[in-house]
Amino acid sequence: MSDSKRVLTKTYHQPLGDKLWRNFVIGIPYFWLLLFFLAPFAIVFKISFATPIVAQPPFTPLFDFTANASQWLLATWDNYRFLTEDNLYWVSYFKSIKTAAISTLICLLIGYPMAYGIARATSTTRNILLMLVILPFWTSFLLRVYAWMGLLGKNGIVNSLLMNMGLIDSPLQMLYTDMAVYLGIVYTYIPFMILPLYATLEKMDPSLHDAAADLGAKPWQTFIDVTLPLSMPGIIAGSLLVFIPAIGEYVIPALLGGIDSLMIGRTLYDEFFVNRDWPLASAVATILLIIVVIPIMLFQRSQQEQE
Amino acid sequence: MNNENTIKANQSAKPYVAETPWLDPEAVPFIQIKGLSKQFDDFSAVDNVDLNIYKGELFTILGGSGCGKSTLLRMLAGFETPNAGQIIIDGIDMANIPAYDRPINMMFQSYAVFPHMTVEQNISYGLKKDKLAKAEIATRVKDMLELVQLSELAKRKPNQLSGGQRQRVALARALIKQPKVLLLDEPLAALDKKLREQTQFELINLQYELGITFVVVTHDQEEAMTLSTRVAVMDAGKFIQIDTPTQVYESPHNRFVANFFGTINFFNATVLSTDPEAQTLTAQLEKTGTQLEAKAEGRFSASDEVTIAVRPEKISVSQERPEGDHLTITKGTVEDLAYYGNRSVYRVRSQSGRIIQVSAQNNQRSEQLVLEWDDEVYLSWDSSCNVVLSE
Amino acid sequence: MQKSSRFVFSALCFGFAFLYIPILVLIAFSFNQSAITSVWGGFSLRWYTALFNNEQIIEAALLSLKIAATSATFATILGTMAGLALTQIGRYRGRLIFTGLIAAPLVMPEVITGLSLLLMFVSLQELIGWPLSRGAGTITIAHITFSMAYVAVIVQSRLSSMDQSLQEAAMDLGGRPTQVAFDITLPLIAPSMLSGWLLAFTLSLDDLVIASFTSGAGASTLPMVIFSKIKLGVTPDINALATLIIGTVSIGIMIASWVMFRQSKRN
Repeated sequence: MSDSKRVLTKTYHQPLGDKLWRNFVIGIPYFWLLLFFLAPFAIVFKISFATPIVAQPPFTPLFDFTANASQWLLATWDNYRFLTEDNLYWVSYFKSIKTAAISTLICLLIGYPMAYGIARATSTTRNILLMLVILPFWTSFLLRVYAWMGLLGKNGIVNSLLMNMGLIDSPLQMLYTDMAVYLGIVYTYIPFMILPLYATLEKMDPSLHDAAADLGAKPWQTFIDVTLPLSMPGIIAGSLLVFIPAIGEYVIPALLGGIDSLMIGRTLYDEFFVNRDWPLASAVATILLIIVVIPIMLFQRSQQEQE
Repeated sequence: MNNENTIKANQSAKPYVAETPWLDPEAVPFIQIKGLSKQFDDFSAVDNVDLNIYKGELFTILGGSGCGKSTLLRMLAGFETPNAGQIIIDGIDMANIPAYDRPINMMFQSYAVFPHMTVEQNISYGLKKDKLAKAEIATRVKDMLELVQLSELAKRKPNQLSGGQRQRVALARALIKQPKVLLLDEPLAALDKKLREQTQFELINLQYELGITFVVVTHDQEEAMTLSTRVAVMDAGKFIQIDTPTQVYESPHNRFVANFFGTINFFNATVLSTDPEAQTLTAQLEKTGTQLEAKAEGRFSASDEVTIAVRPEKISVSQERPEGDHLTITKGTVEDLAYYGNRSVYRVRSQSGRIIQVSAQNNQRSEQLVLEWDDEVYLSWDSSCNVVLSE
Repeated sequence: MQKSSRFVFSALCFGFAFLYIPILVLIAFSFNQSAITSVWGGFSLRWYTALFNNEQIIEAALLSLKIAATSATFATILGTMAGLALTQIGRYRGRLIFTGLIAAPLVMPEVITGLSLLLMFVSLQELIGWPLSRGAGTITIAHITFSMAYVAVIVQSRLSSMDQSLQEAAMDLGGRPTQVAFDITLPLIAPSMLSGWLLAFTLSLDDLVIASFTSGAGASTLPMVIFSKIKLGVTPDINALATLIIGTVSIGIMIASWVMFRQSKRN
């Protein structure tokens, strides 16, 4: 009878399988990204301190354990010193940032009214317009850049049209110019600008516009006071989505830009494939990464704020 | 414009307003709506509507969702263009005046408080658009913040405010422009029950103090009853009845209005005789044959089919047969009862087999129920409580 | 109001003209008889015939499709797991780094991703002898890496808009985490997994820079072949190829959105 007073407590153990499943779901993609995304950056960083040699692979190891204690570390700042000394790299970095910034601005100027129009459309029209924005994104990027080569070339369609209309006598140099690069970047990246802008504009409570009008704001004032500041998250996200990849862009300057359009992506590509200077290419990449890391972090913060 | 304390000046210089201007044939309506219509594609949201609202009224437009009340409000504010008809406010036709130039302000259902501006910036926004002097804006905002008791929260952003505080910002933002008319779209819908009751009284006091004409749109009949001087009941783009809250409750024009305001018992009956002089009629209930008297204007005649409507709270329940003149009496058994504390609701099955709902005040303290299930009871009510409806 | 909406309307017209005229011109000139790309010499299918007789292009296309299908499939599996890990499983150590690792490939300049992956493969080969050579295999790994991030984002957004109580209900009725994942979560996110797969597939098919870095001597994907041809200028058979690709993709997308539109209407 004394047993009846004893309270039996059993501890519940979570089955091992449940825990394994959890670790599996987190672990596998985590491991993959660490191995093939994060670790490679460390290697780029490492190789940027190596010296190029004619060998396979074409650089020296950083550590030589056969040498004596004072000389085992073979790291060198030479690559970075070279980057700062040669004007070419300064020009490339500056030109990349300038090109990306101008293209982003043009994207914003064209994309904002489009996103606004789509957000204001009736739901059926809206779906069709959105599809039309996304559709080019699914078709080959390379071929869309290529389409402009046919339009802008010396014997291209724009030139022959203008000449047939008698507006010009000799063909204009449009292909292989900076303008063509801006055009190409805007053309390929504008969906990335429109979509986040659309998302913020569509979410906006339409009664906020009505309220501003009700309080005496004219349509353009409503836009400046209410619509524009409230769509800032979309403007930031869209601008970064265009700006960051545009900085490192290789294909567009290679196809549409002139010989002198030295964007950093192209410089890096040439350094690697033409000059086969892997350590220098790594140093160029490291600097580029430092340049884009700030906008990438800004982008991540803006995404988290959205959530 | 006197710059100092305009709000207070308004209070003291409040013009005389008749208590019931709508009864005065001489009175000039402040808002005149004439033949107003609005179609969306094939759907007629507002259908040839006429309405007069007088200065200083707290006028409510009441109806279910999709009845056209919000469209009507948006036409008043200038967000929708009517397909036909006229809106005249204080003698000015609003037809070509855009929303931002109308002497009307609105409190939106979602409040539409600008999320990126502080309370102060929200409230001063309208005055800035009117290009008022900075000093005047500052004093008026300060007064308004005091009036709506938001002075301490002036620097806060809307996401740091409670629902009730946001509502006050929206109200202050509209009122500070001293509009001729303030439109309120479901002003209390987003508040919880306690806050709602408190805000109701605040709104009425504010309206009384400022003397601004309020037009409220709501789907909530209780809100309409407590707030308004007059209520317009709207259905399918048309007004069904425009009267004071007591009139629409006690003398509904038809079943729709009677049903909209609380519960009501309907009986089918046939008119036996009418007395034009006393404005009464005698009718016989369809099933039981019970005869009853009712007040009615001269629009009925003998052998008309009518509906007699009686509110549950007008009916008394008793276990003994009540005595008295002008009583309508019937007998039944309690089939269901619900105890609400302050009152009890009984569902009594009458001899004819129909259910009559009765609401009785529990005006005696008792821990036992006064009536139990299956009790035989008498139901009785004064003949004056019978409302005769033509449909 | 009128004036501003007219402005928005013309902006839309201009924008879509900008987006579509180059593509339409490209398609039109793929049927051009003339070899000079700016002069219309009559309708012809000769560039299509030339295209199908170009073994180098056909071979590269097949390789690209193979890489795209494989990498899309793996990217969908890994990306879905990542999406689950980001939304379904509460807090764990390193979650912040994980979120960053998912988002970074979306915006990382291709030259950096490409270079770093190549150097990784070279270093791995030195260290453990794997991968033996660079080619289709290494391109596939590279493509999985960046496209799994896209899949993860798509799946994540579907998961976070999903009613959490569905899974809680399954759990309440006795479902183990694994069972809930397979019985409830996966069927519900299947459409977004499909769009993730399609996106990964197109991204892989489209990629030039990362493939150029991670490929070895032998393997040339379709974009690599196209790029080497168009670097020298416009060639009409590439117009034909572009028309085929754009046509296939557009029809596919339109059918897909029509089906989705029908489904959403039915619900």
